[in-house]
Amino acid sequence: MVTDSDLTKHLSEAQVSVELQTEDMTLNIGPQHPSTHGVLRLVARVNGERCFDVRPVIGYMHRGYEKLSEVRTYLQITALINRIDWVSGYANEIPFIVAAEKLMDVEVPERAQYIRLILTEMARVSSHLIFMASYPLELGAATPLFFALRDRERVLDLLEGVTGGRFHPNFNRIGGVKPNAGAGPTTKKTPQDLPAGFLAETRDAMSVVLHTCEEIEDLVGGNEIFRARTKGLGVLPPEVGAAFGVSGPNLRASGVKFDLRKVESYLPYDKFDFDVVVGENGDCWDRWWVRLQEIRESAKIIQQAVDGIPPSGPLQAKVPKLIKVPKGETYVRAENPKGEMGYYMVSDGGTGPYRLKIRSASFSNISMLSWILEGVLVPDIIAIMGSLDFVLGDVDR
Amino acid sequence: MIESITNLFSNFWVSLAGKLLLVATMVPVIGMLLGFAEMKLSAKMQSRVGPYFAGGRWGWAQLIADGVKFFQKEDLIPEDADRPVFKAAPILVMVGTVSLFLVIPFGPGLIFEDLSVGIFYALAISSVGTIGVLMAGWSSANKYSLMGGLRAAGQLIAYELPLVLAVVGSVIMAGTMSMSGIVEAQISAGFPFVLVQFVGFGIFMIAALAELARIPFDMPIAESELVMGYVTEYSGFRFLFFFLAEFANMFTLSAIAATLFLGGYWLPFVAESTLEFTGPLILIGKVFLLTFTMIWFRWTFPRLREDQLQTLAWKLLIPLALANIAVTATLKVVF
Repeated sequence: MVTDSDLTKHLSEAQVSVELQTEDMTLNIGPQHPSTHGVLRLVARVNGERCFDVRPVIGYMHRGYEKLSEVRTYLQITALINRIDWVSGYANEIPFIVAAEKLMDVEVPERAQYIRLILTEMARVSSHLIFMASYPLELGAATPLFFALRDRERVLDLLEGVTGGRFHPNFNRIGGVKPNAGAGPTTKKTPQDLPAGFLAETRDAMSVVLHTCEEIEDLVGGNEIFRARTKGLGVLPPEVGAAFGVSGPNLRASGVKFDLRKVESYLPYDKFDFDVVVGENGDCWDRWWVRLQEIRESAKIIQQAVDGIPPSGPLQAKVPKLIKVPKGETYVRAENPKGEMGYYMVSDGGTGPYRLKIRSASFSNISMLSWILEGVLVPDIIAIMGSLDFVLGDVDR
Repeated sequence: MIESITNLFSNFWVSLAGKLLLVATMVPVIGMLLGFAEMKLSAKMQSRVGPYFAGGRWGWAQLIADGVKFFQKEDLIPEDADRPVFKAAPILVMVGTVSLFLVIPFGPGLIFEDLSVGIFYALAISSVGTIGVLMAGWSSANKYSLMGGLRAAGQLIAYELPLVLAVVGSVIMAGTMSMSGIVEAQISAGFPFVLVQFVGFGIFMIAALAELARIPFDMPIAESELVMGYVTEYSGFRFLFFFLAEFANMFTLSAIAATLFLGGYWLPFVAESTLEFTGPLILIGKVFLLTFTMIWFRWTFPRLREDQLQTLAWKLLIPLALANIAVTATLKVVF
């Protein structure tokens, strides 16, 4: 963030000797714009290249998932909530399913828990790789896009192999994960929960991803222009971030060591050894760097989980055929790739929730846009916005 | 027979028509060649295949297909646009580019017009394109275009200076401003000037990149910020004009750099008597080497910010270029 003294210094450099009479221009950035991640609209007042009074306008993509959830069964809702943050669709399902399980008091079998954990971390890797791809692109470098997407494809292939969906797996069921693929009354195949060779391929894919991280760190992080464009830009002090409800890598980049994977117990993360990566300054560079390190940590978790997964066991706890969640209410939150994602679920004992409040990470993360974009240059709007890594589906729901 | 052709071409109007025809074919051909090279090279750098289907093998006809496509497109002019200015802008940009071909020596005597102030003319005429860009940005009645146009103006003013100053070193060494004179000076010196003028060469190439508005200096276009900058509102063959001008400009600026610093059409150990035939090939080879670097840069670097670019120009390149001139001039007097 540009402080006032910086600003005046800059302005004094710009003013040579003549005071120019200028008029502010209102610039509409979006909803159709290459770098607004979909249909975000910013209304900015610009004076030359400098922006004042940036107002985000959201809601172009509102699909009413909270309301739709009220008239659907629990099984149907997982298909919907995949589409909230579509670049990490799998991770959206977890807190919702865990909330329902908590109300029903169902114990999920260990193997199913491990599968959930592996796939959640894969979703995190693929989401962060998308960021690694799109952020340099927003700064003008096109090539990292292809490097990151090439190897994200490996991860998505694995996700697809298990769940059948690349973006929208719809894989979790209350009490476990989806019944075995290919095993049903008509096919009479032997039940097989993970595709053959999945674990070995996952190990391979993770070493590829780790190699890509090295490459990206070299190519993008080692680039002088990239450093010049991101370091010291868009600084988010931890207390401001916390006040706006910012979470996830964006908050950790500001130096706050807060990771729900360590705090909550929605998945057995306590069995794995991984670090919570924090940044120092909370600038764009730190947000980029923290995400890069998180890919590495996720790969570490996946490798441990692949080694530690129980070789066999049930995938599904005993639940009634017709799922009815007992009366009650609960809030379950999880560390999603974009930040804290939570579901406040109220059940009146029916086949669907009475009310479902979705707390999505991106909505809170961009709530500070007008604060952080005050007084920055037009190119920096894009650089800062890109570094926050939001998805419009996650903002508007 | 040959004599009658020579006689025919000594007629001013006939030779003018011949030269115009040659340039008129050269610009699109070079534009397409470099455009295709950019597509294929960027594909290689990004582990892609690139154009593949058009024309059968290697997708060689991709750029021809693209060109045909542009002609079929509707020619849109925004309602609020300043129509005459909007229409004139791409033509002006093209004129600036085409006129540069005039002074590039492709071989001994193979030059459209050997002006005695060749390099001065080249640098002057290359600024005409800037006016075209500013006109395009202003007349489009689009805020992004306007910002792109203003950025282009600021950038091109800042980089015209290092471009001119970088050239001075070579001119001092050659003692002439004529382009073919500079090549001849390098032949008689026996080495390309880049060996002494490496600072000037570096500054020239950086400034040329900025002049071309290519990444890392593509702020006037800045796809992720300004949509397409000053070309946002252009479509059809007007857009094609900008597109071709960019690639043809890449060629001409590289050719000027090759002429001033790399010995132009001359290569050590190639017999001077064969230069009439090998000269154009040598020059084009050098030009392709330089344009390859430009393409390589484009697919490697992110974009600088406008103020960082100005800082680079005014605080680093211009002082460096001035120091280079001072040193060159001193050495010229001493030796």
